[in-house]
Amino acid sequence: MAFNIKTLAKNHKEDKFVSGHRLCPGCGAPLVPKLATLVAEALNYDLVVSNATGCLEVSTTIYPYTSWNIPFIHNAFENAAATISGAETAYRALLKKGKINPEKEIKFVAFGGDGGTYDIGLQSLSGAVERGHNFVYILYDNEGYMNTGNQRSGSTPPGAMTTTAPVGKKIPGKLQLKKNIVEIMAAHENVYVATASVGEYVDYMNKLEKAFKFEGPAFIAVLAPCVRFWRIPESNTLNIAKLAVETKYWPLYEVEKGVYKITRKPREFKPVKEFLEAQGRFRNLLNHPMASEIIQELQDYVDRRWERLLALEEATKDKPIR
Amino acid sequence: MVVEQKKLAITGAEAAAYAMRQINPDVVAAYPITPQTPIVEKFAQYVADGLVDTEMIPVESEHSAMSAVVGAAAAGARAMTATSANGLALMHEIVYIAASSRLPIVMPVVNRALSGPINIHCDHSDTMAERDSGWVQLFAENSQEVYDLIFIALKLAENEDVRLPVMVNQDGFIISHGTEIVEVLPDEEIKKFVGEQKIMYSLLDTKNPVTYGPLDLYDYYFEHKRQQVEAMENARKLFPEITKEYEAISGRKYSYVEPYKLDDAEYVMVALGSTNGTIKYVVDKMRQEGKKVGLLKITMYRPFPKEEIQYYLNGRKGVVVLDRSLSFGAEAPLYAEIKSSLYEVAVKPQIGSYVYGLGGRDITPDMIRKAFEDALKGNLVADEQRYLGLRE
Ligand SMILES: Cc1ncc(C[n+]2csc(CCOP(=O)(O)OP(=O)(O)O)c2C)c(N)n1
Repeated sequence: MAFNIKTLAKNHKEDKFVSGHRLCPGCGAPLVPKLATLVAEALNYDLVVSNATGCLEVSTTIYPYTSWNIPFIHNAFENAAATISGAETAYRALLKKGKINPEKEIKFVAFGGDGGTYDIGLQSLSGAVERGHNFVYILYDNEGYMNTGNQRSGSTPPGAMTTTAPVGKKIPGKLQLKKNIVEIMAAHENVYVATASVGEYVDYMNKLEKAFKFEGPAFIAVLAPCVRFWRIPESNTLNIAKLAVETKYWPLYEVEKGVYKITRKPREFKPVKEFLEAQGRFRNLLNHPMASEIIQELQDYVDRRWERLLALEEATKDKPIR
Repeated sequence: MVVEQKKLAITGAEAAAYAMRQINPDVVAAYPITPQTPIVEKFAQYVADGLVDTEMIPVESEHSAMSAVVGAAAAGARAMTATSANGLALMHEIVYIAASSRLPIVMPVVNRALSGPINIHCDHSDTMAERDSGWVQLFAENSQEVYDLIFIALKLAENEDVRLPVMVNQDGFIISHGTEIVEVLPDEEIKKFVGEQKIMYSLLDTKNPVTYGPLDLYDYYFEHKRQQVEAMENARKLFPEITKEYEAISGRKYSYVEPYKLDDAEYVMVALGSTNGTIKYVVDKMRQEGKKVGLLKITMYRPFPKEEIQYYLNGRKGVVVLDRSLSFGAEAPLYAEIKSSLYEVAVKPQIGSYVYGLGGRDITPDMIRKAFEDALKGNLVADEQRYLGLRE
């Protein structure tokens, strides 16, 4: 099924992720579960969700309220994957023993922020994927620990303002490039891995469908801007998430059992500087005496990565690793 | 009616695995650590041989073991794990979450000294670090008790008024690797005894969605903690009922505490775990010499059986408390709690604290006798921590 908003609307009966949560106006994060629940509904699946500690979790489950009109478990910060692996295993065990008789097929989804995924939850995620559980892990990547007030994560890009890698007189903020979580996850081989952006939601929905239908673990990294700490206007979330794709900052692609496929190939790219300039979090970087060199380095990096992706797409065509 | 039972020569670890096989849990997630490893190995073999239809999750850490078991239990599965020392410490964060989520998980814990320095042998520092986590904690004296207590634990955990996780402690190596005769009930009897779990608030019940683990701030958290207090009280109340039911089929009696030669005893030792066996031996010897000594073995440590302790210790001349762990800068845990219980009794005994056996240091009958003799001489000092078997 090729998804668009119309097909979703046609199938939609009941909100599974409901409004009233306390995420910031303009936040990119809620779109990530919202679209996942809509796609699952259209595909006639029931969902069971686990969620790592972070903005999404704290803002959607303030007791006695919940935005989750589907079964939901928050366990801790670093174990959303291990937790869902337990629920998924329980499902298989209880089905096998004939103790449950669900009407619809149940799909298991874990949501985590970049802190809960790139950093503290990486071991739990890697273990669950290596074991081959049938689940979809969806990362909403806002490039920092936003729930706790904008601390650096392994996903924070160089030069972005954070409170734990601040721009000082001596050190110009975070120095390291973003960890490449997509390649780490793809290296588990028997897995469907994709990037997505809340600004490109049709692409995201199609990847959700693939992930749900994939036999085994799937991982989708969704770039989801944070209005508060990216320092962007509330109305600009989707544009900036799109700009990330248009500047090669966040290329859209997927890796299915080692086979690379780029899902968006803009005819013309914009310079990465435009992505940086659109956000207040890079203000200090842009004012730094070495700004042009640092930006050039970043441009060279995204260019090289794009070339490499094209080469990987060519090299892995029809050559699944498993 | 007491059922005919087979006698097996097995270790404590094997007894735990055997009990788990008879329970046939839906999900087991575990990670190996000495001296718990033989439980996981044995159970994995049962799975491989098709003797259980459990789904096993070979997790990459104990943190994930407890996390996966929480996910599985929240999904309505009977879920178990087992661990020791550093593994339990690594689970610590989720141990609390399991209890507050009111998930009836049963976990054999093979007690081992916590690092550092690293050591693989027995003491109780691992389980003591979890004593305020909201888990029920039971202590076995030997492999037979390991076997029996696991079923009692499951029944207690799953009771609707309790819904709390339970740890069944056994001393590392001393019990876990020592072969003893264990009487085992037939599989069908256990199946009947443990029954089917009443599934409550399952994540798989998609028609009645529940949210586990919400953000619970100052407006509700306190009340939820109060409910955990209540659940613990219910565990305390129900324990005798369940042990009686178990006694009816097994012929083996369990209580919060086990009094040994206490009727006319003037001097009483109090301890947890396998050391109770050695103490019984010393009590027998000293009784032959006409000394009025006895033992109060603690089987249930959480909830703490204060009333029974008061009942058995009120009016004695001396009480010697043995601890296999420390609380740096304060009194050893069991001692502090026994002493505090005695604040309320009519006739307070002399009381003394003896720490022993850390990191697997051997405890000999002579050492136990020495502590009794201190009591007999009236030489117990409430405000002094003494050590058995320590070079100073
Ligand atoms: C073990 C542990 N360490 C630290 C924290 C504190 N903490 C809670 S959420 C969070 C950051 C979450 O960041 P991320 O995963 O990127 O999600 P976001 O809040 O940005 O959505 C931190 C550090 C915690 N809850 N648990």
